[in-house]
Amino acid sequence: MRTAAHNRNAVNAAREITLAQLDGSQRQGRWKGPAFEAVLLTAIFVAILTLLAVILWALTAGWERLDLNLLRNMPSGMASRLGESGMQSAIIGTFYVMVGLIVTVVPLGVSAAIYLEEFADHDTWYVRIIEINLRNLAAVPSIVFGILGLAFFYRGGLSLGSVVYTGSLTLTMLVLPTVIVTAREAIRAVPPSIRHASMGMGATKWRTIWHQVLPSSIPGIVTGTILALSRAIGEAAPLIMIGAATFVGWNPDGPFEGSFTVLPVQIFFWSAQANTDFHILAAAGVIVLLGMLLMMNSFAIWLRNRFTREW
Amino acid sequence: MSTTLSDVQDGETPPINLGPSSSRLGEKAIVGWLLLCASLSVLITVGIVAALLGDTIRFFQRVPLSEFFRVGQWAPWQGDFPVFNLVMGTLNITMYALIIAIPGGLGAAIWLSEYASNRTRKIVKPVIEVLEGVPTVAYGLFALLFIAPMLKSVWPTWLPGKLGQEPELQFAGAAALVMGVMLIPTIASISEDAMRAVPSGLRQAAYGLGSTKMQVALKVVVPAALSGIVAAFVLGISRGIGETMLVLMAAGATPNASLWPNDSVLTMTAFIARTAGGDISHGSTEYYTIFAVGSVLFVMTLGMNMIADFFVRRFRETYE
Amino acid sequence: MSDAHAPLVEASATRTVPDAPLNPVIEAVDLNIYYGSFHAVYDVNLAYGKNEITAMIGPSGCGKSTVLRCLNRMNDLVASARVEGTVTYHGINIYDPKVDPIEVRRHIGMVFQKPNPFPKSIYDNVAYGPKVTGMKLESSLDEHVEWCLRKAALWDEVKDKLKESAFSLSGGQQQRLCIARAIATKPDVILMDEPCSALDPIATAAVEDLMVELRNDYTIIIVTHNMQQAARVSDRTAFFTARPDETTGNRTGLLVEFDKTTTIFSNPSDQRTEDYISGRFG
Repeated sequence: MRTAAHNRNAVNAAREITLAQLDGSQRQGRWKGPAFEAVLLTAIFVAILTLLAVILWALTAGWERLDLNLLRNMPSGMASRLGESGMQSAIIGTFYVMVGLIVTVVPLGVSAAIYLEEFADHDTWYVRIIEINLRNLAAVPSIVFGILGLAFFYRGGLSLGSVVYTGSLTLTMLVLPTVIVTAREAIRAVPPSIRHASMGMGATKWRTIWHQVLPSSIPGIVTGTILALSRAIGEAAPLIMIGAATFVGWNPDGPFEGSFTVLPVQIFFWSAQANTDFHILAAAGVIVLLGMLLMMNSFAIWLRNRFTREW
Repeated sequence: MSTTLSDVQDGETPPINLGPSSSRLGEKAIVGWLLLCASLSVLITVGIVAALLGDTIRFFQRVPLSEFFRVGQWAPWQGDFPVFNLVMGTLNITMYALIIAIPGGLGAAIWLSEYASNRTRKIVKPVIEVLEGVPTVAYGLFALLFIAPMLKSVWPTWLPGKLGQEPELQFAGAAALVMGVMLIPTIASISEDAMRAVPSGLRQAAYGLGSTKMQVALKVVVPAALSGIVAAFVLGISRGIGETMLVLMAAGATPNASLWPNDSVLTMTAFIARTAGGDISHGSTEYYTIFAVGSVLFVMTLGMNMIADFFVRRFRETYE
Repeated sequence: MSDAHAPLVEASATRTVPDAPLNPVIEAVDLNIYYGSFHAVYDVNLAYGKNEITAMIGPSGCGKSTVLRCLNRMNDLVASARVEGTVTYHGINIYDPKVDPIEVRRHIGMVFQKPNPFPKSIYDNVAYGPKVTGMKLESSLDEHVEWCLRKAALWDEVKDKLKESAFSLSGGQQQRLCIARAIATKPDVILMDEPCSALDPIATAAVEDLMVELRNDYTIIIVTHNMQQAARVSDRTAFFTARPDETTGNRTGLLVEFDKTTTIFSNPSDQRTEDYISGRFG
């Protein structure tokens, strides 16, 4: 089966190319190759240039409000005070939600990854179901996780209301597959010889994992977690679902009390206002958000380069 | 230790106990906890289905299926609940986005896999990853405040008929254009993985026949990686259908059953977010529409993912 | 200590080895090993004498490493592996359901093909075993680490850099560190799976020296590709070969001949052994 498909592809390709050679089309089209490459390059440049355009536009549009007032002041609804309106509650709210997310998703995700890499028997039905599930969850739209959060964390089962930790939990569900996948990769990168050495001297499996495998995979796990967080930090849709969209002029009281908002939701909220002064604020918010992301990504890349071990 | 050995020499039973030195209950408990965490992913899916199903059933107790699936205007505030226009809105934007994203993503993938030197790829690949991680709210704001007004000002109003009408402030085309660019990295990175997995022996055989780079790329690598590439397209579609913030901000709020790019449309996702973010009372029929529309969205994306998964698996069976 | 540095050939040649292993520490009886439906090793009967070095040699795929890994139940880590027959350690069948493989491995240590120190300091590599197995030491941990490193003839080379990473050592030093690490849990048997195949000749000589010296306190079982190595260090040699299955073509390993090393290399009783030793096959 495998080789059949292989051969079929190879034979088809060989036939096509030989035919092309025979009718001489190759000689006429010397310009075709470079032109084709130029078309391909355009595709990449469009994607990259669009991001640059977003950044440049946001810088220009939000320039007059990129000042310390953004961090010092709370969002203000009064048109007369828009010049001093800040986004402190959104920034602090984002920070709180992220902390809640880290303390929840890292233990759960790493534990699941350890099970799937070290203990799971991949022939059993339940492990297969878990694997299929992880693949499917990774592509479920984020707003659906918002519906889950709305039904079970905001109302329903946990009924936490619209508080910081509801946001953390909802985002935990969203990025858990990412954390599991990256943690598994980090665990898999630890060579089996290390496990054998430890097991060979009579260490139990768990001690082998705890003392050898996990310490060696921490850089990979941290990198993966940061990447997952950088996905979560820009998410607005699931948090709108659990009620973070309201106008909040104060910092969250704690993980389980008081309403909250986050930066992306705040940006959305400002973008929906008719007064264009709000749009300036929204653009400034985009710059702050992208700045946060840039810092997180740089840290992850630095970590990856600094701690990558050649076994 | 040497005393143990001399004991053995004397033919006595050695003082050796190979039975478990402890019951290792702690270890078993840990493994149990790990399995529980791994099962959590299943629990999330079950939770999603339960969350959707429960309130979707409640919705259909008030609104008949025939009403939901009829062709007609979505107007919950006046008791009209056909999901048709929302699906059309989603289709409209996704379709135009894919016209940009599929050639763009495929082109970028071919370049990365076949043309880029190792050094360039090492630089460009992380950039593509960064692009995938840009918050959609940033793209949304850009589409709403920059792309939409710009497109509106240069709209070819000399075109005949519907297409010649100048769009409103928010319209499908602005969102679709940005979404198309936004999906390029997603499609590119999955397609590139598939192309790179094509054995280099196939390429070398083709080069050996005297073919050009372009021929190798288009006639050998792309056909060989086709099922992986199709999976990338399907996942791109699924991502487009599920995108919320961009369409919520830039595509408008009018549930038109329109496939015109210059119309304002309301997608399923935008409807859900708009309804949940607005003032609706818990337990009202409008509240339950969130879940009914969410179910349609979930089923659509799940179906897409399963199709993509099928293609990916077929691809792996052939080459890995 | 200095005695062990006498030339190796003499060390082995002058040693009187009884005809059959006295007081076998490990005995394999009718040992059959399967991976799924694949019959990897067929009906091995072997006794490993106390304070002897037993070498297992043979062509690739003859099952010698598989047998070695069965002796301390490392094969358990391969999910599809299945063992029939018995392996006794001091008379206890280690495949008895009441036996805990983890306890077995504490008594029967292992050194691997490629030096595989942990990514930790030299000191922590040796201290790891006693720590994670919860051993009760008579001496302090520092003293124990020193004892192990002296035993592995590594102390003088590393005593000033115990806190440095184990990866800073040369390949040969790393392998001796792995031996020190293996004896840290106070096993009485050490299994070595081609311990010198990744080392240069000088490092190999150092490890071989060490094996000969350790023989006084440990029972050593070594798998090697290198016939000269078996001839140099071992007291007894077991020669394995592989036999293709007529229907499936899978190669099943089996024991051809087991005798004193001097006999195997000078006067083998089986033609296949002679062919292999003289380089006509393998």
